[in-house]
Amino acid sequence: MRVRATVCLLPDGRRLHLNDGPIDLIVEADGARQEICKAYEAATERFVDILDELCDELPLLRSGVTQHSSLPAGSIACCMFRAVAPFRTRWFITPMAAVAGAVAEAVLAAMCGAAKLRRAYVNNGGDIAVHLAPGQNYRIGMIERPDWPTLFGTVELRSEFPVRGIATSGWRGRSFSLGIADATTVLAGTAAQADAAATIVGNAVDLPGRPGITRIPAREIAPDSDLGDLVVTRGVAPLRPAEVAEAMERGAAVAQQLCADGLIRAAALCLQGQIRVIGADSMRGTLCLEELEHV
Amino acid sequence: MAEALPKDTIRCDACPVLCYIKLGHTGACDRYGNFGGQLVRLDPHVLLDRAKSQGTPLVPFLEREGEWDGKLAKPAETFVTAIGAGTTYPDYKPAPFIVSSEVDGVNMVTVVTEGIFSYCGVKLKIDTDRHLGPERNLVRAQGEPVGHVTTAEYGSQMLSIGGVHHLTGRTKTEGRVTCETLLDLCNGKEVALSIEEGARITVAAGQPPVVNGQREERMRVGCGSATIGMFAKQWCGKVDEVVVVDDHITGVLSEHQAGKMLGVRETGIAIHGRRSTPGRYFQVAQPGTGWGGTNISDPLAVLKPFKPKLAWPHLRLLMVSTTGEHFAYYELDESLQPIEKELPPDLQTSVERIRENCEPALTTVLFMAGAGGSLRAGATENPVKLTDSVKRSLTRVTCGGAPAYVWPGGGITFMVDVSRMPENAFGYVPTPALVAPIEFTLKKEDYAELGGHMDSVRPLSDILSEKQRHRQLTSLPANPWPLKPSLEKDSER
Repeated sequence: MRVRATVCLLPDGRRLHLNDGPIDLIVEADGARQEICKAYEAATERFVDILDELCDELPLLRSGVTQHSSLPAGSIACCMFRAVAPFRTRWFITPMAAVAGAVAEAVLAAMCGAAKLRRAYVNNGGDIAVHLAPGQNYRIGMIERPDWPTLFGTVELRSEFPVRGIATSGWRGRSFSLGIADATTVLAGTAAQADAAATIVGNAVDLPGRPGITRIPAREIAPDSDLGDLVVTRGVAPLRPAEVAEAMERGAAVAQQLCADGLIRAAALCLQGQIRVIGADSMRGTLCLEELEHV
Repeated sequence: MAEALPKDTIRCDACPVLCYIKLGHTGACDRYGNFGGQLVRLDPHVLLDRAKSQGTPLVPFLEREGEWDGKLAKPAETFVTAIGAGTTYPDYKPAPFIVSSEVDGVNMVTVVTEGIFSYCGVKLKIDTDRHLGPERNLVRAQGEPVGHVTTAEYGSQMLSIGGVHHLTGRTKTEGRVTCETLLDLCNGKEVALSIEEGARITVAAGQPPVVNGQREERMRVGCGSATIGMFAKQWCGKVDEVVVVDDHITGVLSEHQAGKMLGVRETGIAIHGRRSTPGRYFQVAQPGTGWGGTNISDPLAVLKPFKPKLAWPHLRLLMVSTTGEHFAYYELDESLQPIEKELPPDLQTSVERIRENCEPALTTVLFMAGAGGSLRAGATENPVKLTDSVKRSLTRVTCGGAPAYVWPGGGITFMVDVSRMPENAFGYVPTPALVAPIEFTLKKEDYAELGGHMDSVRPLSDILSEKQRHRQLTSLPANPWPLKPSLEKDSER
């Protein structure tokens, strides 16, 4: 009997909340009522196996990926592995950098496989997998800091653009970051790709050696962290505008390279109130920083 | 299995990630943490503040989220509910919270856990005279069988929904739909049900039922015979004959004991159906959604011709349903045929009186479940002792702070009115089963005696100090205070 996972409709009666251990998903599907039911049923069915599946090969998923790494067995694990592999030559990265996005994708795939949906999303703590039937779109708000959520812009995902994943990383979030960005939001083809790339870009927004940035070996905070003895950011002193610009420039350079390599489509970097957007031009207004109308 | 862990680090076994958690930190889920070397569940967790007086607004669970000044409530005035407390999995662990508090110098312990109920069900009491369907017929939701029609009692129709056979005994879809139906009913949501060879109804806890698209406003004052008994005196002298049309027992004033006592003259009236005792008739028509729960829309259909020997021209006849919702007034013509006339004002009053004595019709939802062996193991190492303690009324059972009635006999089978519980107190797991809060409150010494997990008892102040993890609600004034239900009334405070 599997009693760990909990599944419930949120009070709005539209969104499904799935929780199992550290996995926490908000799911919403649009379509005929019957189809939504089928989709939620499929999401639940897929969901209840995920944590066990991942935990079965957790040590491997927490190891740095090199060209000699063996492929994991599980389908979600493979998706994580593929998403991080392009980064392995330049950076230290483990499949866990893409776990949230890969889980979101797997649940979304189960829903789309079982039902005919106009649109749907699976939001795994800010890493979001999106399905859009032709002609459909989603408008997503972006926030600068998770602990102080103010919208700084919106992303409009349209079916004609090849973006089906959006992910955010930052040192204030639930996962560790090596960089100092408050938030780095990335749009990519899939949620797992976006998740991995957001980690890489967020790590790059940095001022190496600058005093006033508290860094602690990951292992000291979480003994079983995949980042081991790497130092992760736990505090950032107020920075001068020139310093913000310098850190942003480092992050932007990486983001531009990833865009050029076709790994991501766009990115938005936030650091101490400054915002920089990369790759939005090619997306024709997909990502915009205009004030929202009242929401 | 002993493991060499770094100092101050514990290993969480709430899920297969098995996080190592350092002192003062949380695991990957952010919901379990290491507090002073103890694994503690940190989910938003519902605490009830005692309603201070009867002046407390009747808006039951006023949320005060975000405006709590951090001041500790007087400990005994706060009750830790099991809503959001988490479950024991896989069952050998003590309940997530075992809280001690002092009430008038007596040390009390509350064992707080969310139970996973895969055998549970709800009983629906639907206040209606209308015929919902034959006894024992299936009740369906979304086309799936989820329960059946049980007895009709005192103007209400009872339905039984859920139970282990529907939840896990048949197809997967039936189980899922049953679970969904139970969850919605328990959380006060509206549910559409259809009854085999019967009505389609829409019901929600504490709301009037909707039968075949028609909202039921009032429940009948009594059966037709009882209605005659209650109002006979008010009719005396104003009308010669009254028939109270009722699917169960139709009453006739002149033949009824009450009429006889008041000296009401025989009228020669004759009624279809089977005479029970004088003035009381069974089966005057078929059950339905017309007059008094019958299938008739013209009340004269229950009458046979008046007996010419006894009846007289201009005889005044009132026909009324048990709710006063339907009524008609007639006078006999020269050939003793009833001719409909306008209702005289003084009879109007009596019809209104019937109506105002009909209470609002509601659907009531009783959640019924049992504290199984595994759930009880979270409270004590010797589960049968908890059962025994509940039986002897030493241990009180509440659900989210609402009083539970424990059905005598084997096990701990309890019932609770879901509308007395905080909102959205229920969840589910895909087993399928409902997740519901349950608390056991007893004296600390009794808890020790029944083999309670004394090492896991934490003072209330400990739990209150994790304020950001809590949702503070005000208790429903109508509920007895869970820590001290019997003696004190709120008005004394």
